[in-house]
Amino acid sequence: MKKKGKGNWVLLAPIYIFTIIFVAFPILYMFLLSVLSRAEVWGVDFKFTLDNYKRIFEPLYLNTFKESFLLAFLTTGFNILIGYPYGYFMARMNAVWKKRMMMLIMIPFWTSALIRLYGWIIVFRSNGVLDKILMGIGITDEPLKLLYSYPAVVVGMIYSLLPFMILSVYSSAEKVDYTLVEAARDLGASSFKAFWTVTFKLTLPGLLSGIILTFIPSMGLFFIADILGGNKIVLVGSLIQEQLTKGRNLPFAAALSAVLMILTSLLIGLYRRIAGTSELEGLV
Amino acid sequence: MKKKKWPFIYVGIITAITYIPILVTVIYSFNESRISSVWEGFSLKWYVELFQDRDLKEALLNSLILAVLSCICAVLIGTTGALGMSRKKSKLNDTVAYAAMLPIMIPEIILGMVFLSVFSLMGLPFGMVTLVIAHTTFCVPYIYSMVKARLVGMDKALEEAALDLGASPIRVFFDVILPQILPAIFSGIILAFAMSFDDVVISIFVTGPTVNTLPVKIYTKLKTGVTPEINALATLMLLFTILLFGLSALAGRRKRV
Repeated sequence: MKKKGKGNWVLLAPIYIFTIIFVAFPILYMFLLSVLSRAEVWGVDFKFTLDNYKRIFEPLYLNTFKESFLLAFLTTGFNILIGYPYGYFMARMNAVWKKRMMMLIMIPFWTSALIRLYGWIIVFRSNGVLDKILMGIGITDEPLKLLYSYPAVVVGMIYSLLPFMILSVYSSAEKVDYTLVEAARDLGASSFKAFWTVTFKLTLPGLLSGIILTFIPSMGLFFIADILGGNKIVLVGSLIQEQLTKGRNLPFAAALSAVLMILTSLLIGLYRRIAGTSELEGLV
Repeated sequence: MKKKKWPFIYVGIITAITYIPILVTVIYSFNESRISSVWEGFSLKWYVELFQDRDLKEALLNSLILAVLSCICAVLIGTTGALGMSRKKSKLNDTVAYAAMLPIMIPEIILGMVFLSVFSLMGLPFGMVTLVIAHTTFCVPYIYSMVKARLVGMDKALEEAALDLGASPIRVFFDVILPQILPAIFSGIILAFAMSFDDVVISIFVTGPTVNTLPVKIYTKLKTGVTPEINALATLMLLFTILLFGLSALAGRRKRV
């Protein structure tokens, strides 16, 4: 054992150095920035202040946080409703179909996220594909003006993040020993009860990791709201970007990021507590 | 067990819906008209225009270079890190490993903002260098976790036997360890490459005025207005992905025989 410890630092040096300089330090620097004041033009004055955090509680910004959370909840909720049965059914298919379905999910997933969103622009735009179909069948008389609306953003979010939910649920539903379900049925449990007490419990880690994997990104993905929502929907992500580019207010952007980071860490902490692991199912 | 049909129907419908925007994009890439909601007949002119677009070609090249460089850095850092950490458990190691995983756990926008401020603090010129550093941070976690998962299931006896028989640690690494973790490194690379190639949020913040990546370019194009050129690009990218999948499926089949 002693022999192995020797020279270990050579292996550890790259990840230590890289992580400390380019991950840990930048994040700590963000927290530092968030309590400094803004310089006249760009950059910071090294004067301690809590104003940046106070500013977040102004109704305008508080509202942005509220809306981001609401959108993240909506996205995650729909993803659970759509993705959980999908992942579960997929896990119950035979090997050939599993492979086929996996391919069908992965192909759009590997094609650029932006490009997949772009398809929705064509579908949603005024007099676009959806309008044509709906007016053709006679359901609506005039264009719905769905593009640059809230529902369009929700659809875009769900669509972009659904694969994460499906794959997380799938990877944990695949490991379930279904003889347990049969045993429960043989012992007289209704199929619902058997599902609830056995399958659902065993797929919970996958579901939770799917929730994390959809909830966290949905608070930061400003480009979806940007492309499908126009400038109408401002999320925390877009607010941070705006403060950096147009507002040129580095400390305030840092404070916003810090709050987002703390909220995210709380969620991950909660996940670790419930799932008893830090590994996210289906992520890698 | 009795086979039920409705799970298949459910999965089928959802899958079909996810393919709607993709199909629409492909169909309209052959549309004569510039306004994508009107069909005016079959045409390949958007493909011609795409191939003449110098900016887009340059952006594509940049994205490829960026993804390759970030993956190389991430493989070096992630693989050695996973090997080192698997040998000795310590609180410090766990903390660093946790920090190394952070970039794929927090919203991308935070990384973007953080890098923008740190790189200007360090005085690094915004461009390829800053892009590679930023992308490496979120590529490392994929490689690291893949390799680490593989190491957990690996038989330590082989390595010890080789050492006992007098092989140097370097020889042991190349002859014993590397062949075993290579598949894990490859799956890590595939994920990391795809994430780097597709990244918009972080790249927007750390790219310089002279360097554009493909997603950043597409993003600006989408914001300024829709052009069927993007449809053509999307179709080609889709074709490329399908081709890659076909090849990997073929390779997989051959291995099994």
